This record gives sequence, structure tokens and C-alpha cells, in this order.
Amino acid sequence: MNINVKVWRQNGRDAKGAFESHTISVVPEMSFLEMLDMVNEKLESEGKDPIAFEHDCREGICGSCGAMVNGEAHGPSDRTTLCQLHMRSYKDGDTVTIEPWRAEAFPVIKDLVVDRSSFDRIIQAGGFISVRTGAAQDANQTPIGKIIADAAFDAATCIGCGACVAACPNASASLFTSAKLFHLNSVPQGEVERATRTVAMTKQMDEEGFGYCTNHGECEASCPKGISISHIAAMNRDLLRATFFGK
Amino acid sequence: MTLNLDSKVPDGDIETAWSRYRQKIKLVNPANKRKYHVIVVGTGLAGASASATMSELGYKVSAFSFHDSPRRAHSIAAQGGINAAKNYQNDGDSIYRLFYDTVKGGDFRAREENVYRLAQVSVDIIDHCAAQGVPFAREYGGLLANRSFGGALVSRTFYARGQTGQQLLLGAYQALAKEIARKNVTMYTREEMLDLVVIDGQAKGIITRNLVTGKVTRHAADAVVLATGGYGNVFYLSTNARASNVTASWRAYKRGAGFANPCFTQIHPTCIPVMGDHQSKLTLMSESLRNDGRVWVPKKKDDFRPASQIPEDERDYYLERIYPTFGNLVPRDVASRAAKNMCDQGHTVVQGGQGVYLDFSAAIKRLGHDVVDDRYGNLFEMYERITGDSPFKTPMKIYPAVHYTMGGLWVDYNLQTTIPGLYAIGECNFSDHGANRLGASALMQGLADGYFVLPYTIGDYLATQKAGFSDTTHAAFDEAEDSTNKRTQALLNVKGKRAPNSFHRELGKLTWEYCGMARTKEGLEEGLSKLPALKEAFWNDLSVPGTGGALNQALERAGRIADFIEFAEVKMKDALTREESCGGHFREEHQHPDGEAKRDDENFSHGAVWEYTGENSEPVRNQEPLGFRYVKPSTRSYK
Repeated sequence: MNINVKVWRQNGRDAKGAFESHTISVVPEMSFLEMLDMVNEKLESEGKDPIAFEHDCREGICGSCGAMVNGEAHGPSDRTTLCQLHMRSYKDGDTVTIEPWRAEAFPVIKDLVVDRSSFDRIIQAGGFISVRTGAAQDANQTPIGKIIADAAFDAATCIGCGACVAACPNASASLFTSAKLFHLNSVPQGEVERATRTVAMTKQMDEEGFGYCTNHGECEASCPKGISISHIAAMNRDLLRATFFGK
Repeated sequence: MTLNLDSKVPDGDIETAWSRYRQKIKLVNPANKRKYHVIVVGTGLAGASASATMSELGYKVSAFSFHDSPRRAHSIAAQGGINAAKNYQNDGDSIYRLFYDTVKGGDFRAREENVYRLAQVSVDIIDHCAAQGVPFAREYGGLLANRSFGGALVSRTFYARGQTGQQLLLGAYQALAKEIARKNVTMYTREEMLDLVVIDGQAKGIITRNLVTGKVTRHAADAVVLATGGYGNVFYLSTNARASNVTASWRAYKRGAGFANPCFTQIHPTCIPVMGDHQSKLTLMSESLRNDGRVWVPKKKDDFRPASQIPEDERDYYLERIYPTFGNLVPRDVASRAAKNMCDQGHTVVQGGQGVYLDFSAAIKRLGHDVVDDRYGNLFEMYERITGDSPFKTPMKIYPAVHYTMGGLWVDYNLQTTIPGLYAIGECNFSDHGANRLGASALMQGLADGYFVLPYTIGDYLATQKAGFSDTTHAAFDEAEDSTNKRTQALLNVKGKRAPNSFHRELGKLTWEYCGMARTKEGLEEGLSKLPALKEAFWNDLSVPGTGGALNQALERAGRIADFIEFAEVKMKDALTREESCGGHFREEHQHPDGEAKRDDENFSHGAVWEYTGENSEPVRNQEPLGFRYVKPSTRSYK
């Protein structure tokens, strides 16, 4: 089947971007990124600049890939990263419009590649438990109820892809930040730093230029790991508590 | 010139070897530690944990990743779990038993003392990761849960649903973030190492290229640690991430580091089968699935009826039949070869291709839909997303695929390569898994090296060095930077007609056909005879558009493929000269009448360590003899 690819090309942060069109013949078993590989191989063999896009594991866990496809983060399938999207989701003659994540805190580097280092800085602000290697007691000394452990795990499955930011009308990073906060704040090992962590990470999030959360819910809908927006409520509660009762 | 392969393993009894050794290691005064600068290349499990821990100890660390963030490293994709000899299940596990299983699982081609140490520190890893907040699976009573993996008769595998690697990597990434925030680790992202700088025989720095600006930079240090993963992508199709490559190890090899056992590659039995020429990678389905899934093929040849229409008595549960003791949980190399044999004999379940069934219907009947969903839900979803079929309704189709590489840079007990001051940790080195790695042992080894071994052993070397080497004007840096630039320019200057990927695909087909799951003398010789033509085509017809002074993904790929082509030659030579079958290395000439691998302990109980001798000169095969004082080599039997 033939697919019309309309892809955003932009050579650098301050360069002016534009759409470029290609028509490519694909089979339904192909993944979306394999379609882009094909376009690129053709471009490269003609000595033309290939489309820059990020990807690595191609099994939906590294969080490298991601683009807006026809206006949806990671494309039309629920709980699916772009690398796991397959061409069987499309039919002959369809047009796919591919754009990079668009957010002030994610400047475009080239084409579909954006700079997401702001996420790393949010984690560096406090997204950890301060334990030195070699200082731990036996792991079973601290039992954690299965329900709490499972909930912490659900929050911790965030892959840091940035779809939540790209989908949010405010370009808010609240889902990303709150997921890490919920993970670490809900396990007993993370309790000691709970207030300082919450204050530091939310502060960093603001400084990076992300917008505020106004409960649109687009983040949860676009999240390939199905991370719940309820974590944002928990973050706000922890922030309030830290503000009133101190660190 | 021959390599110095002194393994430095401690004498005396193995149980106390590591603690005695640690007491002997030279210490660096805490006040002086900050004067020492260590470069760590690669920030996956091994690199991130090593960077964080060395920084906690007080060393100044520069960490390098070619990704946009350390969280992207391919450790993140490890699914099933991490082994530790905790004996929380009271099922008779012990450090000795984990040690024994690993040596036996590796088909007696690993160094006993290293493996024993690995088993010892495995328990500390679980404690440390739990303290970091890693959300391991738990029982209702709040204690840690375990499951079983191949090659073991105890439940010692800790896990976080099917995303154990993700959670452990994020733990290490967060520990690294903590040290970056303290400004003790300088993190360089999107920065790829392209050469190693050796001065007077010691590793003193690296040359990197920034992947966004193309800027080439010199970095000097007192020691260099490579944590750059394995070389599975030499096969093009593998479960590795697309960017995983051999370049850093290969550059080190060309600067004098011995490369050990490159023919040892692990073919993982449970991956989604190849579905067409367009395919860019293979996806693993965790070994943990073999806890509850049953592997079978139709008894009749070329029987392509839907699985549901094949009655029970026309199915061959061949692993349970051939290996009644371990059943579906035989080690990976054994399971992979059995699947290949079944398909070669015409029992494949994929029309026009190769595959066997992994069936959960018995487990769903026994445990119920919800329990199976809780254990494997995310894997089932992943399978359905790729194939369009739900494993709740039809059995999975699976086939072996390249997954892990046991070979790597040769290291001694300190994890130091044959170049003083250059260390290799994680999958990048060769030490612990012999000829076959057991499931859930890669995470264990990466974290053991990074958290609990290297941070101690590196002090032994640093204490002998004057701290703070920083002279990037040394002639060795000039030479290394110059050769890096020339190489980049050479790739850009070919200006042919073929995209880099097309060469990679061709190389992959060649290595898989001649040096894949089963190897022969004739095949390897044929493969070796075809490599020069591929190399020539690459350097005559490659097309890399653009320049070296900007983001250029075609250039990145081309550089890595060029190294893979060179590496494939040594890999095949290693397979050719190892005239025996062991673990993942199966030479058809060397098998028992029942088709099991036939080792030759008399002639090949050694690590083969390849030494670079120049561009147009044959590499030299050195040997490190292996002694087995505790686990007597025997024919592995899982029957």
C-alpha cells in the first residue's frame, strides 16, 4: 500500500522549518519507524539529507522515539509508542503528517529531534533517594504492602518520552514530574526526603519553562504507559503539605 | 608482542578470596580522591552505577553517553529479572549454588573466582536497589517475590513485572542524577567516544564527537572505564537497541586491549520471529514466560492448521520430552538449538518461515486469566501490538534471536583490560558468563561490576598514579584526534550510491548464515572469504550525505557499521579456531550422538584473547588457561 508522508524538516533550533512530502510503498507488518527507515535509505542513496528522528530500543521502553502523527502524540493507537505503531493501522492512500514534539522546554534540534534534557534536570533536582552504595540493610527488613508496591511501580513505568508535554495545551510536565514523585514518595524508603523532593522537583519544572496543569487530561490520554493523572493531584497535595508544614 | 594475561585471581579458598583481596587493595586517601579523574563511557546499568558509586567515594567522574539521556541505555529493555542468592524462598539456594549454576550454565568457560565474587555480591545488589526505592514485585505480606529462570532449580530471580531492567536502570540513573546534582559527576550527553588515548602504555583519555555539533573533543583522565555494552548488532537483526555498537571496544582493541571470545554470542530462544525483509529489529519475549508457557510444535511436518485445531496427542512438547528434569526451563543455548532442530526437521509453525509455539492455555486454565495477566500482562500486550494476535487466545509464535554477547574485552580480576588504566564493565567485558549466560544474570553482572567491584578495584591502580593527569596537548592526543577526523572524512568522501543500512543488513545476513546458531569449518571459511568484498563495497559505494560538523545520523551509523565489518572478521576467526562446541558456540562437527554440544576441555579450556597487530597483519590468538578447582567440568545435562 502507498502512504503519503508529510514530515517536518527543520535544520536547527532557530532555522525556519517546513513540511516535506514523500510517497512510500509499505506492507502492513512494517512498523512506523521502519517506514521512516525506508524513506531515509532512499534519501541517503540519492545523497540527500535523511530525516533526523530519535529511536533506539524499538520495543516501547527506552522513550527515545516520539512524534506527533496527524496531531496525536505517538500516533493513533492507545498506550503505544511510535516504534510500536504498525502500518496495519493505516490504509492505502492515507496521509501521515509527522511533526516534532512542540514545547518551549523542548527546543527542536533537527527535524523530529528535540532537546528533552529539561526532564533530566527535573530528576537531578530531587528525583532520587539519597542512599550510598553499600549502606543498605537487608531488603526484607522493610516490607512494603503489595498494593503500595504495585502503585509505586505503575508510576515508575514512565519512559520519559515527553508525549505528555507535547499533548498538553499548556506544555505542562506535571504528569512526568508527578509520576516520579509518586513513585518515590509512596515507598517507605523515600519518606525522609518527601517534602524537599516535592518542592525541589516542582520548582525545577517551573524554571524549565513548562506550563501549568489545568486538568485537560491530554497527558494521560497520550501516555504510552497509561500513567494516571491522579498522580498530579497527589503531587499538588504533597506540595501543599510541604508548603504549610515545612520540610 | 604478546598480551599480559595475568588474571590476578587471589590464591586460597574461593569463599574468602574477595574479602581477602579487598583487604590487600591499595587505598587512596579520602582527601586525595577528588584529585583523581575517571572517565566512564556508557551510562547503562554498569556505567551509571559505577559513575555514581565512584563519585560517592569522592573521585571526580566524567560520564559519557551517546544518548540524549542516560535513561535511554538498552539496559532499560531487560525484562525478566535479576538473580541473587538470597534464599528468601527457603528452597535451598546459596551463594555456592548460584556460583555453580553460573559456571555450569556457562559451559565451563568462565573464570571461577570472578563468578564466585559475582554470586557473593548479588545479595548486596538487591539490598541496595530496594533501598533506592526500586519497586520490585512483592508478596501480599510485603516481602520480595521471586520467580524461576532457566538453568536453575531454585527461585532466585527478583523482578519488577516484565520491566526489571527499566526499574534497575532508573535506580542507577537516579543515583547518577544525585551525583550530577552534587556537581561531582560531569555528564556529557550526545557525545560519542571515537578513540582511546594511550600514553606510555596507559589509558589516559578519550576522543569524542558531539552528535549535535559534530565537535571533536579531547578528554584526559587518570583512568578510563568502558561500559559500552555488547556487539550483538553485528548480526543486524538482534534484540539489541538500534544504536548498540562495538565501536568503543573496537577502538580499545586497536589501541592494544585484548578482545576475548568474540565468537560467544547468546541466541535467546523466545523472540518474535522474523516477518519480512523490512524488519529493523527483533523483539524479545522474556524468558520468565517459560515459567508458565509450554513450548511445542506439531508432531506432523508442515502442519499449518491453527493451533486450536491441533489435538493434544498431535503436539510435541519437545523440551519436556527431551529434558524432563528442567523441561521448559533449560538454559537458553539448549532451548534455542532445540527450536532450530525442530524447525530444520520441518515442524515449524510459521508458514514460509521458522517458529515454534509458546502456549499459555494450560497456565490460564490452572491459574486463571487474572493471575496470568498480572504476571505477564505487559509482555502479552507487547506481543499483540507487534503481531496483532493475543496470547490469551492463541499461542505465541517464537524463534531464537541474537540477544547478548558473552565475549568482550578481556579483563583481569580487577576488571582491568590488557591496557593499564583501561577498565571494562558490564556486557562490554568477557569475564563471568563463559560460553552462555543464564537468564537474569546480565542485570546482576552489570550492577555487581558497577556498584560493588570496580569502585574498589580501580583504587588499586589509581593509588599507583600521580593524580590529575590533564595534558591534552600530548602528542598521543594529536594523533588520536587526527585519526578520528580522518576517519570521519573518509566516510563522508566515499560519495557512493548505497545507504549505510544496506551494508549493515548484508553484513548481518552473512554473520547469521555463517556464524549464527550453528557453525561449520566450511561455512566460517566461506564467510571469511566474503568479508573483504563487503568491506571493499562499503568503502567504494557508501553514501553519507551532509557534513561532519552537524547532527548527521547517517554518519553515526556508517562509522559503527565500518567497525562491525572489521569486527566480524575477528569474530569468525575465533569461531573457526575454537574447534569444539560449548554454550552459545555450536560447531556442527563437534556434537554428541544426541546432538548436544561436545566440549574439548583438553584443548580449549581457555579464554581466547585476540590481539591487534596492525591494519594489514593477522591478529594473534592468545590464551588464558582456565582452572576449575570447585566445579569439575562435566558434560552439561539438563535431562
